[in-house]
Amino acid sequence: MYHAIVFLPLVGFLIAGIFGNKIGARASEVVTTSLLAVACALSWVAFVRVGFYGEDAQVKIASWIVSGSFSVDWAFRIDTLTAVMLIVVTTVSMLVHLYSIGYMHEDPARPRFFAYLSLFTFAMLMLVTADNLLQMFFGWEGVGLASYLLIGFWYEKPSANAAAIKAFVVNRVGDFGFLLGIFLLFVLFGTASFDELFPRVGELADAKFHIFGHDYHALTVAAFLLFMGAMGKSAQFLLHTWLPDAMEGPTPVSALIHAATMVTAGVFMVARMSPVFEYAPAALTFVTVIGGITAFFAATVGLVQNDIKRVIAYSTCSQLGYMFVALGVGAYSAGVFHLFTHAFFKALLFLSAGSVIHAMHHEQDMRHMGGLRRYIPFTAAMMTVGNLALTGFPFTAGYFSKDAIIEAAYASHNPAAGFAFIATVIAALMTSFYSWRLYFLTFEAKPRWGEHAEASHAHGHDAHGHAHGHDDHAQDDHAHDDHGHGHGHDLKPHESPLVMLIPLAVLAVGALFAGGLFKSFFIGENYDAFWRGALFAGPENHILHEMHDVPTWVVWSPFVMMVLGFVLALWFYIINPRIPVSLAQSNPILYRFLLNKWYFDEIYDFLFVRPAKWLGTFLWKKGDGWLIDGFGPDGVSARVVDVTNRVVRLQTGYVYHYAFAMLIGVAAFVTWYLVGGAH
Amino acid sequence: MFGFGILSGLLILPLLGAAFILVLRGDEEAVASNARWGALITTVITFLLSLFAWSQFDAANPAFQLVETHRWLSDSIAFKLGVDGFSMPFVVLTAFLMPFCMLASWHSVHHRVKEYFVAFLVLETTMIAVFASADLILFYLFFEAGLIPMFLIIGIWGHDRRIYASFKFFLYTLLGSVLMLLAVLAMYWDAGTTDIATLLTHKFPVSMQTWLWLAFFSSLAVKMPMWPVHTWLPDAHVEAPTAGSVILAGILLKMGGYGFIRFSLPMFPDASAYFAPLVFALSVIAIVYTSLVALMQENIKKLIAYSSVAHMGFVTMGLFSMTEQGIQGAMYQMVSHGLVSGALFLAVGVVYDRTHTLRIDAYGGLVERMPRYALVFMILTMANVGLPGTSGFVGEFLTLMGTFRANPYVAMIAATGVILSAAYALWLYRRVVFGKLEKPSLKAITDLDTREVVIFVPLVLLIIWYGVQPHGILEAFAASTDNLLRSTEAALAGVKTAAFLSH
Repeated sequence: MYHAIVFLPLVGFLIAGIFGNKIGARASEVVTTSLLAVACALSWVAFVRVGFYGEDAQVKIASWIVSGSFSVDWAFRIDTLTAVMLIVVTTVSMLVHLYSIGYMHEDPARPRFFAYLSLFTFAMLMLVTADNLLQMFFGWEGVGLASYLLIGFWYEKPSANAAAIKAFVVNRVGDFGFLLGIFLLFVLFGTASFDELFPRVGELADAKFHIFGHDYHALTVAAFLLFMGAMGKSAQFLLHTWLPDAMEGPTPVSALIHAATMVTAGVFMVARMSPVFEYAPAALTFVTVIGGITAFFAATVGLVQNDIKRVIAYSTCSQLGYMFVALGVGAYSAGVFHLFTHAFFKALLFLSAGSVIHAMHHEQDMRHMGGLRRYIPFTAAMMTVGNLALTGFPFTAGYFSKDAIIEAAYASHNPAAGFAFIATVIAALMTSFYSWRLYFLTFEAKPRWGEHAEASHAHGHDAHGHAHGHDDHAQDDHAHDDHGHGHGHDLKPHESPLVMLIPLAVLAVGALFAGGLFKSFFIGENYDAFWRGALFAGPENHILHEMHDVPTWVVWSPFVMMVLGFVLALWFYIINPRIPVSLAQSNPILYRFLLNKWYFDEIYDFLFVRPAKWLGTFLWKKGDGWLIDGFGPDGVSARVVDVTNRVVRLQTGYVYHYAFAMLIGVAAFVTWYLVGGAH
Repeated sequence: MFGFGILSGLLILPLLGAAFILVLRGDEEAVASNARWGALITTVITFLLSLFAWSQFDAANPAFQLVETHRWLSDSIAFKLGVDGFSMPFVVLTAFLMPFCMLASWHSVHHRVKEYFVAFLVLETTMIAVFASADLILFYLFFEAGLIPMFLIIGIWGHDRRIYASFKFFLYTLLGSVLMLLAVLAMYWDAGTTDIATLLTHKFPVSMQTWLWLAFFSSLAVKMPMWPVHTWLPDAHVEAPTAGSVILAGILLKMGGYGFIRFSLPMFPDASAYFAPLVFALSVIAIVYTSLVALMQENIKKLIAYSSVAHMGFVTMGLFSMTEQGIQGAMYQMVSHGLVSGALFLAVGVVYDRTHTLRIDAYGGLVERMPRYALVFMILTMANVGLPGTSGFVGEFLTLMGTFRANPYVAMIAATGVILSAAYALWLYRRVVFGKLEKPSLKAITDLDTREVVIFVPLVLLIIWYGVQPHGILEAFAASTDNLLRSTEAALAGVKTAAFLSH
């Protein structure tokens, strides 16, 4: 069964990828989607069997690399953590496959698109079923490849290509740490297989690793290095810059890869490696800090973005920060629980945004939307559900998982827990604000679209230089009113086809009920029976109990923040829409700072990209060209040529010169002979 | 077989093919066609014979096998052939790549067709002989002899600056080798034999090892090529015809690594341990330096050439880590690089044949007209980047892991190559294949034809297969690696004991 779950998407990829153009787009869609549906159904069976009947499994497929004492297999490790990931990945993937049939119906390269989607799913499944670090790395890089291919799917667009490369390279920065972490664990334990590694972590709890002139706690170093990989994949602060740019890919891709599954791989990895992290408190503190910063930072940027997908992208980034806070304070199951619920509502939000974009003929700028609720009511309803779940409205999915994280952060003894608590609570306020801002700008108020959308389309995607954007739009609206009845009908937004709406409905069900239904298993009273050691908690880790005993004001704080955010958004964008404009004008520096994403791209460009290019050119022209070649082969040959030139100068062509030289030569020879002969 | 063993057969077959092509007479077209087919058939038969040799080879036995000895210069210098775990993969790799080179040269060579194929067949003999020699003098002879056909291939069938490049190539490698010759003579005087198997058990005095090691290093480092004696490689690649580049990257570079593992490590273990930090330093410099340089290249072949230097940095680093993973990874990296870079140069040759330019900015948007090519090039790019699931990953990973055990700093710096390789390889891919197809010269470009598909399909499949199931190759030299490590450890331990006793 597990073979089928993992390899059916691969089969789909191969069929659509190799024969896609022969069998046609429709056949490719049907084949990949139905194979995914089978895998999804089997995954749910597996989830029930593993989660509720405790039937863990180990499946060895083949051996992979054997080199001396190092040996790894291709093998599946099926425990509850894997089972949770299986249903998340296959369910969202299947729905996204289905949705894409509608969303991509105009694209001529559909077989390629579906092949990539299935390839991604296969790699992600390899990642979550891995029974050793190396196979996890295989899946890790595989999803990176699929992400690269899908972000750059529209390869004619330079921005898409740039974003694709950026995603891959930034992820590789994380992989650098991941690889070193694998090496260190291998040096310590002599294995990369989880089964051999986890039981022995305690033995080396005090092992030291000597580097840079110090003895460091070895497991802490290893955990740091592994977390570096997680930071790259899960777009955490400092390595987050690729995620917003990744929105260049088609929207279903954003929903599947850059919201629900791939970006949560880092969370999965830390949860999987919880036996190591539990022995590395300093690393856990670091995880908490990074998670808290990310939750806060991404939310601030999300406040002012105008591209509908970018808002959701920063929201994803921020929510991933929440998950890492949970992991950092030792509440691994709360982190995984949020991963689980987040997959549903974030995929829902992205796919709803896709539906909006579809309705708006590929317009993504919210300043050109507005009033869409009347035209696409179903999408609006779905977006509302997603927002409720994301902001943690009582009894929706996000309410259970997000509040659990905030409570855990409060209850924890981790040195960074206080910071993380404050950061996540403030982020909850901002989450609510930007979510409802998105909703109001898109669906409520006056429509701001029409034929002027075409005119301003040229600069519509450009996030820069829009400090005065709102003013421009006031004028645009005016212009629209004056002569705005021409082509209005052609541009009229339309509700998406059924094949796109069904996935939305399914995800909405998940976004509403996945939290309440599974809470007791993930973080509640059935914790032990459900997880059965798939997540490791050290003997002093009682966070799951402590988080139930927090003061009432802590329990209520996320709710208050949510309401506050909603009210603020309502006031800013419905009741008094002049406020955001004047706020932006009165705080231009802050506004630009946020709008330009804290200038991370510019800083990195200055710190890394330019120096690398400069150094490359310098080493090439000066190092290779001037130094090595100049003093090496070219220099030598130049000297040789010089000498020969001088020799040539001696050859003046006059016979008497030669005769004279010969005479001297003969004289010298005779002299030498005579002197020599005298002895 | 006619009084010869399999290995002699591998040496003689290409020469027979060359002789056949040489005697071809008649009108030019017919001669060219016959020469092509003659060369292709010869190389295919040679490859099949090498597979037969592989099937006869017992990987569990670290000693020389398929040995044959013929009387040659003197009683102590014999024409002795034999293969062990370190040489067998290279013999097969050489024989495997040759037919692709022949196919790649099918239409791209127009003048002196006969001589071209003769040069390649002679080159094949010398290359196989390098790996199959079980005698030091014989090894040296073929090591040098291989220069001549390659020199001619670049100098006669190369591009515009071929004379400069061919002389640079020739002088660089020859100068390095002169010192190696002195070392070979010194070893003969010390050990009284040039039989490699005997030399492997001979213990050279420690002080002598240092000089011998340096002398060998000067030659092997150039061949490898290691920083800073790598500058001949980009020029040679740019000017060489496609098949020349394939052989250069696929086989000739491997002779450097092969020399290290055949001579430097086992015969001069003390010196190797002593100089390991030097090699580490040069290797990581090579990895970072050439990766950065590769980033900024404007010529496709130069970019791949620089990336080859970086990949060879992983090889030298792994070899001198003196760990199982490091050495096996280095061997694997060499074989894998032979496939990947060979295939990459073939891929470059495909577009060069169509447009006759190697400038990166002359391309862009090829995927629109060449989807099959884009797919092949993508897989090769990923293999070059070292994506898990391709053969490139296994070697890179194992060398890094072995090095990490020996020296974490080195591994750490080298691992930045993982980031940089992604940057230069993907950027190249984007500039050549992605984007809009706007250049008029590319409007009518055609996708891979049948001949080219035949070339790439086996290469791509092997690259993926060996990424998923690397045993086939790893096993071949597992026993030899064990043997090597055991003997060097014993030697080093012996030195330590001796030093201890003398105090």
